[in-house]
Amino acid sequence: MSTLVRAAGVSKDFKRGAETIHVLESLDLEVRQGEFLALMGPSGSGKSTLLNLVGGLDRPTRGVVEVGGTRIDDLPDRKLAAWRARHVGFVFQFYNLLPVLTAARNVELPLLLTPLDKKARRRQVATALEVVRLTDRAQHYPRQLSGGEQQRAGIARAIASDPSLILADEPTGDLDRKSGDEVLAILHTLASDHGKTIIMVTHDPLAAERADRTLHLEKGRLVEQEVAA
Amino acid sequence: MKYLHLLWANLRRKKTRTILTVLSIFVAFVLFSLLVAVEHAMDMGVSVAGEDRLVVRHKVSLIQLLPESYESQIEQVEGVADATYATWFGGIYQDPRNYFAQFPVDPDEYLAMYPEFLLSEEERAAWRETRTGAVVGRGLAEKYGWKLGDKVPIQATIWVQEDGSRTWTFDVVGIYDGAEQGTDDTQFLFRYDYFDEARGMAKGEIGWYMIRVEDPERAAAVAAAVDARFANSAAETDTSTEKAFVQGFAKQVGNIGKMMAAVLGAVFFTILLVAGNTMAQAVRERTEELGVLKAMGFTSRQVLGLVVGESCLISVLGGGLGLALGWALVTLGGDPTGGALPIFFMPAPQVALGAALVVLLGLLAGALPALQAMRLRVADALRRG
Repeated sequence: MSTLVRAAGVSKDFKRGAETIHVLESLDLEVRQGEFLALMGPSGSGKSTLLNLVGGLDRPTRGVVEVGGTRIDDLPDRKLAAWRARHVGFVFQFYNLLPVLTAARNVELPLLLTPLDKKARRRQVATALEVVRLTDRAQHYPRQLSGGEQQRAGIARAIASDPSLILADEPTGDLDRKSGDEVLAILHTLASDHGKTIIMVTHDPLAAERADRTLHLEKGRLVEQEVAA
Repeated sequence: MKYLHLLWANLRRKKTRTILTVLSIFVAFVLFSLLVAVEHAMDMGVSVAGEDRLVVRHKVSLIQLLPESYESQIEQVEGVADATYATWFGGIYQDPRNYFAQFPVDPDEYLAMYPEFLLSEEERAAWRETRTGAVVGRGLAEKYGWKLGDKVPIQATIWVQEDGSRTWTFDVVGIYDGAEQGTDDTQFLFRYDYFDEARGMAKGEIGWYMIRVEDPERAAAVAAAVDARFANSAAETDTSTEKAFVQGFAKQVGNIGKMMAAVLGAVFFTILLVAGNTMAQAVRERTEELGVLKAMGFTSRQVLGLVVGESCLISVLGGGLGLALGWALVTLGGDPTGGALPIFFMPAPQVALGAALVVLLGLLAGALPALQAMRLRVADALRRG
């Protein structure tokens, strides 16, 4: 399979007053199309920062980030936003659904950025909700959904515009084991059956076991690699 | 349009806060509607006053009278097309609260001077034939339920009759309509010859003259010529455009325009702070959500548009309803003073100004919070959440 994500010599520094904090240092990474990759490591090791760089939410201090052959680290803000809308779906630990919108309306949000008309958007929303098995809860507001359901709605939102890359930041971190397993099963299916490339940050070794490959980060460097049997 | 449900949903997030903000804007625009109607009414038709008309009054004061004989001399001044006169009668109909203007005039001359007063030929003829005849505006007739043939007694406060009587009885022989919405249709006009013959004092004297000039461009020169003609006479004159005359009349109670502008300025500044604070709070509370939208691919400009759109929606809701109610109060309720403001309506330019202020308020209130939202870095916004 071809490489979808390539990071070469990526470093990220943050300034805190006069102090410079090196969060990532000369990191190289390649992720294949359709691969389900888990990123593990202690807090502050740079997992989320790496996810942000790959998702075009932040820019590296040094190095190159390429996704699907497009170098994204030097794209202007406006183009980067358009690129994200087309190519990336985000899944957050705390779901980050808009509380004032129903599950269906939340899923529709990224589609508002596409030229699709209302009918086509509704069709796409229905498909995304079907993939995460949430069709019957489409008209419920986030407060009316369980944590697992909210996260499934979050995943539906991430895949609504059919991106090739899904970035999940501790998607099971706020869920019980059963709901977490359901979410992981959906992510696994998205990779195996729908060819989505998934990069998941997690603290949970059991969650990481569901991935095709696990990378361990420590102090901004990749220190270990495990490949699923 | 596809973002409307998102804007609307955001407004419902903190219902109490939204309702209070909308209400405060609503009240401000009701006030705006009423004040502009009052200001326009205080102009007493300045906007419809003819540019080609001049008013000649006594140089000392408006209450000093001028000789009736000046009319022919004024008509001889170069540039004067026509001249006529009127006098303040100041009578009371039934109750001192029933306030409206009454003028003894020369019927044909007056109607020629004010073509915006529309009266049928039959009524004109009836007025010529009836010495005690009076022509009243449609608004005044409707207010007091007068119809043709009615006798209307007016109690004089200034003009006592020769026989000592204060009661002047007139026959309604005509009801005029205004040619435009702003035309004063609350005047009570009656014949000068009857008035002059019956009054007990100042016979042969009138209150002021109205002049129509041949060329409005030469109005200033004509005014100067008229005043020069009566310089050093017993009754020197002061000639100005009708507009200036009416404005001077209105300014007797102060500079209404400035007072209104000051009140409205204070109100709108306060409302701007209220609405701006609402939007600033809304953006602060939603930092993480805005970060999520940006992560999805919303550009900074789109996020700015969403915040400004929300602010404008609040303003349009409150301001639109306020303008609508204000307009209804002014239009359907009419003059709240019972006659002191004969022209009481919201002119179209003021309605347009109100609508523009609604949008401006929305834009200004949302500007700063929207800029903050626009500048938000996605990673920072998500981290802050």
